Amino acid sequence: MSSATTGNARSYFESRRTGERIRKTIMFLLLAGAGLVFVVPFWWMISTSLKTMDDIMQYPPAFIPKHWHFQNYLETWTSIDFPRFTLNSLTIATIGVVGHVISNTFVAYGFAKIKFRGRNLMFSIVLSTMIIPGFVTLIPQYILFAKIHWVGTYLPLTVPGFFGNAFQIFLLRQFFLGIPNDLIEAAKIDGANHFYIWRRIMVPLAKPAVITIALTTFQGAWNDFLGPVIYLNKESTYTLQIALQMFKASSGLSQWHYLMAGSVIVLLPIVVMFFVFQKFFIEGMNISSGTKG
Amino acid sequence: MNTTAHSGSKRRKKPMSLERKEELQGYLFVLPWIIGFLLFTAGPLLFSFYVSFTNYDFTSQMDFVGLRNYKYMFHGDPLFWVSLKNTLFYVVLMVPLTTFASIALASILNQKIPGIRVFRTIYYLPSVLSGVGVYMLWMELLSPDTGIVNLVLSWFGITGPGWMFDPNWTKPAIVMMKMWSVGGGMLMYLAALQGVPEQLYEAAEIDGAGSLRRFWHITMPLISPVIFFEVITTFISGFQIFQEGYVMSSDPTTPGSPMNSLLFFNLHMYLKAFKVFQMGYASAMAWFLFVVVLFITMINMWVSKYWVHYEGGDGR
Repeated sequence: MSSATTGNARSYFESRRTGERIRKTIMFLLLAGAGLVFVVPFWWMISTSLKTMDDIMQYPPAFIPKHWHFQNYLETWTSIDFPRFTLNSLTIATIGVVGHVISNTFVAYGFAKIKFRGRNLMFSIVLSTMIIPGFVTLIPQYILFAKIHWVGTYLPLTVPGFFGNAFQIFLLRQFFLGIPNDLIEAAKIDGANHFYIWRRIMVPLAKPAVITIALTTFQGAWNDFLGPVIYLNKESTYTLQIALQMFKASSGLSQWHYLMAGSVIVLLPIVVMFFVFQKFFIEGMNISSGTKG
Repeated sequence: MNTTAHSGSKRRKKPMSLERKEELQGYLFVLPWIIGFLLFTAGPLLFSFYVSFTNYDFTSQMDFVGLRNYKYMFHGDPLFWVSLKNTLFYVVLMVPLTTFASIALASILNQKIPGIRVFRTIYYLPSVLSGVGVYMLWMELLSPDTGIVNLVLSWFGITGPGWMFDPNWTKPAIVMMKMWSVGGGMLMYLAALQGVPEQLYEAAEIDGAGSLRRFWHITMPLISPVIFFEVITTFISGFQIFQEGYVMSSDPTTPGSPMNSLLFFNLHMYLKAFKVFQMGYASAMAWFLFVVVLFITMINMWVSKYWVHYEGGDGR
């Protein structure tokens, strides 16, 4: 009787284990199949960028280019002033990162660790601004910047970053709340003021969150299209995004090898950044989703 | 490091109370945000509300015209309805598909399967990329002659559509592109899934609950706050679609082409504001969209009472 039960139990667990193995194999195949779909666009972009015009014209298009035409990159890079546009994008993105990191850690510290009247009300206003579509404030902002003669400069693209961003304030505040108050009290007893605590204690402790917002700011500025389209009017000041759009319009939708080479050039810095800082990209998402629950 | 400031305030006749001082510093710290809010959000919001009742054209005139812009919007501008329909079509297609895809991917990734880190990276990478480079990549992938999508379809004997050249397929094509970057949402859900206590599943399994029931009765309620947040933000960002219509138009000189199928609401507004400088009318459009987004967010919040589950039940 009892041996029968153990036998049953064993077969139960064994069948469960094989069932589990089959299930995992199916899951793995699903993941791999979907993974392939996600990767193929990258391969297609690179392989197209290496084709010659003859390869492009050929139908059906080849997965692997017949000749690896690396000089497409050189030709693209020199056909319009890519070095200049890269420098412009880099300048705007770097200033953006500095502005966002300073202002948002500063403001978030105030909301997280200093008590003052109206704090909760103000913070709920911070949160509610997140649902305002950017286009509602776009036109008046443009008018404002036009009146003070900032249109045509990088100022409209960089200065607002020094005045806080709702989502980043929210994220950093959440991070700061997790840092024990005892630390601040101890620092105060040692004579530190809030400015010192913010600069020397909180920002270093919040390094993962700070790096995350620095990365997303850089990425956002690098990819920004609307801002430069509206505010920049001289070709020498254009960013990579505008330049690429210009390049696309001028070369028409047929010289795909050049267009893909241009896309690779513009996307590559972000891809490299992603692989170098992958941990922070993923950690940042964890911070924000962990706090949303 | 701050001794001078401290002794300075102490030497004053009426020393400021510590709490008062603390409070002032609090205001000092949030001051950048207050200035930014007044200058770049609240001020512009009010100004654009006022402008929406004028015929402001940026250079010469700014006369109060009452509701004329709003009347023109509903009764005089056929492209307003076209752009609204395009945007709604896109949002209605994109929000459920991306939400479903990101939850599905996250659920599969949450299993103990070899190579999970590699898969996570692969799925996540496209979502950090955006902008003109990505749009051009997708125009090439979807190109009828040189793209891979129609090539793969042809292996199955299917003649693919003209995608970006066929007004019926431009918006589904953009949704497809968005599906490629579901990685961001996926990661959010993955983090939420990893926060679900293992014991709950074990207990349910002992009680004989199958995997579907476990998902529905344990996983879903516990990750519902994240779903709620994601759905709201996806809706809001979906209504703001603009660049795709501008950049991915088949004719570069006509944003929104072919046949205005990519003329999204914000693109129409942008063209009105910055190409023909009807800033009064564009502001009216902006406010209309704002109200629509607000309305949808409120509906979402109201409906959330019935399906979003908060641990501890304190509504946070």
